[in-house]
Amino acid sequence: MSEQAPEEVLRIEGIAKRYGAVTALRHVSLRLQRGEVLGLIGDNGAGKSTLIKIITGFIQPDDGKIFLHGNEVKLRSVPYARSLGIETVYQDLALVNELSVYHNMFLKRERLFGYVPLLNNAAMRREAREHLAQLGINLPSVDTEVAKLSGGQRQAVAIARAVSSNAKILLLDEPLAAMGAREGAQILDLIRSLKRKGVSVIMIGHNYVQVLEVCDRINLLQRGEITYDKPVTQNSLEEINEIVMREYRTAAQ
Amino acid sequence: MAEEVLSKATDSQDSPEVPPAKSQALWSRILGIFLKQREATIFIIAVALVIYFQASNSTFLSKQNIGLISQYTAATAIIAFGEVMLLICGEIDLSVGFVYALAPFVMYFAVQDGFPLPLAVIIGLVVSLLVGLFNGFVVVYLHVPSLIATLGTGLLLNGITLTISNAFQVLTPGTGTRFAGIMGNDTFSEILWAIGIGVVMQIILSRTRWGLHTFAVGGNPLGASEVGVNIRLIKIRNFMITSLFGGFAGILEAFRITSTQPDAGGTVIMFNAVAGAVIGGTALQGGSGTIIGAFLGVVVLGLLNDGFTFLGVNALTFDIVIGAAILIAMVLNVRLQRLREAGKQ
Repeated sequence: MSEQAPEEVLRIEGIAKRYGAVTALRHVSLRLQRGEVLGLIGDNGAGKSTLIKIITGFIQPDDGKIFLHGNEVKLRSVPYARSLGIETVYQDLALVNELSVYHNMFLKRERLFGYVPLLNNAAMRREAREHLAQLGINLPSVDTEVAKLSGGQRQAVAIARAVSSNAKILLLDEPLAAMGAREGAQILDLIRSLKRKGVSVIMIGHNYVQVLEVCDRINLLQRGEITYDKPVTQNSLEEINEIVMREYRTAAQ
Repeated sequence: MAEEVLSKATDSQDSPEVPPAKSQALWSRILGIFLKQREATIFIIAVALVIYFQASNSTFLSKQNIGLISQYTAATAIIAFGEVMLLICGEIDLSVGFVYALAPFVMYFAVQDGFPLPLAVIIGLVVSLLVGLFNGFVVVYLHVPSLIATLGTGLLLNGITLTISNAFQVLTPGTGTRFAGIMGNDTFSEILWAIGIGVVMQIILSRTRWGLHTFAVGGNPLGASEVGVNIRLIKIRNFMITSLFGGFAGILEAFRITSTQPDAGGTVIMFNAVAGAVIGGTALQGGSGTIIGAFLGVVVLGLLNDGFTFLGVNALTFDIVIGAAILIAMVLNVRLQRLREAGKQ
């Protein structure tokens, strides 16, 4: 594969966030390139979710700067961040069990018959089918109630929905949580196909093995700071394990 | 490195998807068929009841008696259509039967004040809408559970109706006119209203954003709001439509019986409407339901009511039978919902 000049999509510089006396993020800097999959790992309370909430526009940092495609932005709200192409799939997936796959995928972005305020189900079915096929997601039918899908299929539908509106940056919060190995592998495939389409992904994970399998680079967050930032290599797992073990030992003393 | 990742990707793409355990698939399929046919089930029950009552008494299907059943059914069905919307989005309106009593009095006093009758009807409906807006506001913005909030509103409305009417019935204005005929006085006009409203509401529920969002709000409120669905707007709208239908049903009934009663409707008609919706398959926990199911549910209640009278069942024991039937239907509804959820796992 020929390496093209990396195109920076997101850069974060010196982000800090305090909640009263608690410092959630001390001085976090992070960068993300086009089509890159960045693994964000760290212990509970290390600040992962705070960082994700800042990037989605849910909370504002006390200090620091955020650049999108080289331009400084203030991510003042979730809809605003979304309008800039930043989408998030939370652990709860935000799917409605009682509705079909295609209604879930078009929830709040429904297709109508022009000015007639009736749902154009045929168009939504067709577009949903095409979009899922493009991402290589296999479902029995887009008419299936989401409740009848497996955990992996539900995750896939949620991801497909998130990237259907021209997302450039996708944040995935533990996309493999509570999932079997085979289903997990299918989600990892999906992340790879997004990468090939030029979507940049930040993936939060606890299971280092899975994270390492799909990510290009790993950032380890410890007590509000990024302490490790390296491309994934054969040695990554050992290196990370060592750092984390050191943290545990320090904590135990 | 990249090649390694890619080859891994193709490997796992080749692997077939895991089929769900066979017995579970069969079980959920049978359950699915049964659940999908809920309207069919209730329709069959309705037909069976008609056959049974007709066999017991051949005048059951006389034009006169069909008219009676349709009149009993129509007002309750119209209210049920609103309750279906509310139940699906996870709320309920216990006050609707008192809007039913209030609206025709508002209309009556508007006529007394010199407003033409059609305008007086509209004034009654606007007041009904405002009651729904109030209910929605208390539930959505003040976070009072609808079960309690609308119980309070209902009592309040009952008090207002009794106060403005001095607890006396009045003659409904316009009796004998063509307008009154269309508005409920003609034998089948009320049921035609109910069917017309039912068709429109079924289209709204299954074919518009409003309907889709109503399901989403009831099925997964947090998820719906994360996607950007305006939960408050949907709930307030559904409270308003329920109240509007309550007022409209009350006005139709006032024209039908040509007098306006301060103690009309109340909790009985509300309970019948909710029971009809639930018998027709609307989940008490929200997230699913249909207008046509509610209509059939109310029809079954109407058939039972009329048929038992025909059979000469003692009026005093009658409520025992109906009450038990409704309770059984509700228990089944909740059990089915649990099974449905279990089937999803």
